[in-house]
Amino acid sequence: MNKVLRYGLQIVNYTLFMAVVWYFSTKPPYHHLENDQAVITLSFSHATKLREACRKLSQQELMKLAPNMRLPMDCPRERSPLTFGLYMDDKLLTKASIEPLGFRRDQGVNVFRRIKVQAGKHNLRVWMNDDVNVAGPTYHYEQVVNLKPEQQLLLDFDAGSGGFFTN
Amino acid sequence: MNPIKHAYLAMEAWLNIAFSSEWNPLYNLGRLAFFFFWVVLISGLYLFIFFDTSLSGAYVSVDYITNEQWYIAGVMRSLHRYASDAAVITILLHMFREFALGRYHGFRWFSWLTGVPTLWIVITLGITGYWLVWDELALYVAMLSSQLIDALPLIPGSMSSNFVGHQMSDRFFTLMAFLHLLGQPLFLIFALWIHVKRLSLVKVTAPKGLAIGSLIALLVLSLISPAVSHQAADAGKVTAVLNLDWFYLNVYPLIDYFSAGQTWVITLSITLFLMLMPWLPPRKTGPAAEVHLDHCNGCEQCAEDCPYDAISVQARTDGAKFEHEVKVNPDLCAACGICVGSCPSSNPFRQKNELLVTGIDMPQMPINDIRDHMDKTIKNLQGDNKIIILGCEHALDFSVLEAPNVQVMSLFCIGMMPATLVEYALAHGVDGVFVTGCRTGDCYFRYGNVWMDKRFEGSRQPILRHRADRSHIKVSRAAVTDKKSLQQEFAEFQKHITTLNNAKTSAESADE
Repeated sequence: MNKVLRYGLQIVNYTLFMAVVWYFSTKPPYHHLENDQAVITLSFSHATKLREACRKLSQQELMKLAPNMRLPMDCPRERSPLTFGLYMDDKLLTKASIEPLGFRRDQGVNVFRRIKVQAGKHNLRVWMNDDVNVAGPTYHYEQVVNLKPEQQLLLDFDAGSGGFFTN
Repeated sequence: MNPIKHAYLAMEAWLNIAFSSEWNPLYNLGRLAFFFFWVVLISGLYLFIFFDTSLSGAYVSVDYITNEQWYIAGVMRSLHRYASDAAVITILLHMFREFALGRYHGFRWFSWLTGVPTLWIVITLGITGYWLVWDELALYVAMLSSQLIDALPLIPGSMSSNFVGHQMSDRFFTLMAFLHLLGQPLFLIFALWIHVKRLSLVKVTAPKGLAIGSLIALLVLSLISPAVSHQAADAGKVTAVLNLDWFYLNVYPLIDYFSAGQTWVITLSITLFLMLMPWLPPRKTGPAAEVHLDHCNGCEQCAEDCPYDAISVQARTDGAKFEHEVKVNPDLCAACGICVGSCPSSNPFRQKNELLVTGIDMPQMPINDIRDHMDKTIKNLQGDNKIIILGCEHALDFSVLEAPNVQVMSLFCIGMMPATLVEYALAHGVDGVFVTGCRTGDCYFRYGNVWMDKRFEGSRQPILRHRADRSHIKVSRAAVTDKKSLQQEFAEFQKHITTLNNAKTSAESADE
């Protein structure tokens, strides 16, 4: 085949290949959010209350144990599940009941939720229960927020600071 | 015929016209992927000089690379991105090729099985690369990657929480940089080494012309449309529209429709399905080659020619005067029979009127049966201008060319044919031998047609001797879609043989 024609065909093929590379390297654009949406991110880690309080062992119970295991107090390690509910303008956004991590369920609970919402002024309300021995919420938070489009509102929690807060 | 295979072979034929079989990108997909990795590596090393691996400095340094030093570093960044993308296309085409041509099961299971996770390593390498730019896209990638990791029962804490608010640390970012710059590339090299472990004579450098052409094309694209960043990452913002690199980041949009756990199930199911494809359904490879030490002088030619590294050389164990012997590993043997063609003892002129035994043979088609078959085929030829067609069973079914004066003989691979078999046919009254096989550059068993060409040229043992009249031999190549061109070539060869015979008859008459 004619050399010039052959190189011409090669250029056509390289162009086609590079057109595919170029196009899919950035296109089509992905609409992760609508232009009038914002994101509420509920993100925190929390060690819930112990399920049972420490209890003093009786002499009889102690004698049943091996000599090197005879501690006077029995402190079960298992923690309470964490239950929460997040509402916007009284509409439920998310709720869950999460068991603590670990084989003995003695570790903390991680909560991470991202919820797409309409931007604008909203009443945000969240409740949480971290103690299986208490009926109803142990923490409650409510705030009016004004969300801008594409804004990420972080709803965090710190028991030491008194509970939920926004960032 | 399988329409996918048909379409693919047509595409290869089209590229053969433009590039020739030597430069055809579809025959060199693995080598081309390696070439793109070289471009990625070299451009990456240059970018690393200017890249700041701190959380606060990364975006600024990438911005400097892109805008301030656009003429070198900017081009390097674009080359880095586009070569990475081209590598993914090449790998996907490489996979598709093996699938379309049915080259993923049987003895090929290992290469296929190890190739699938290798693609995932490449994808994760790209993901950490996008992470390092630390722009809005990087934040999106970081956030969703963390959600995916959090869905696995691997780490007790929440990785996702690092990317909300302002909690992310330099240390974590440096870890990602380390992964992208050293950890993952090393892991990839290891995976590639395993991927080609069962192959011998692996070529990892692209043909020069193809490499130059690809580099020029990448450079032109880099200059026309340089790679750019999104805005700097802002933990308080979620960008609505993202320009995703679909070659690497295609899994993330799934998280908008499914949970992170479901996304894992989808991707892992696809991966598992791909990995199990060689056994859906399983294809049995024929019995492995057998060594007959009493006919092996330890020349090692079969070990050099084996495309699957199934033959090793060891010290002689039978007390014969030779230093070495060969040993076949049945687990690696593809039963292609190329070793039979490599063995000098496969010469059909040997052991006339007795059982022909060669140094290495295929139990399901021993050399003695091939010679017997040849003898019978020659006897069956009727009329003038007797022609024998020798070919392989993976190329075009050339039985369509059969006629009273044309007989065909099919082998596992054309590389299985001892070159002297052609000479044997000519010496026993055949007027012409038409040798065919898979397209040049596309032997089903890798090197079969390459070795055959070299044996015919006299550059690889055992050679086709000079006494075999080349004017009565024609080598042609044809895939299953090349029926027309093969028929045309064969018709021309028939004409040529007729002319030669007529000339010979005229000369003999003149002599009388």
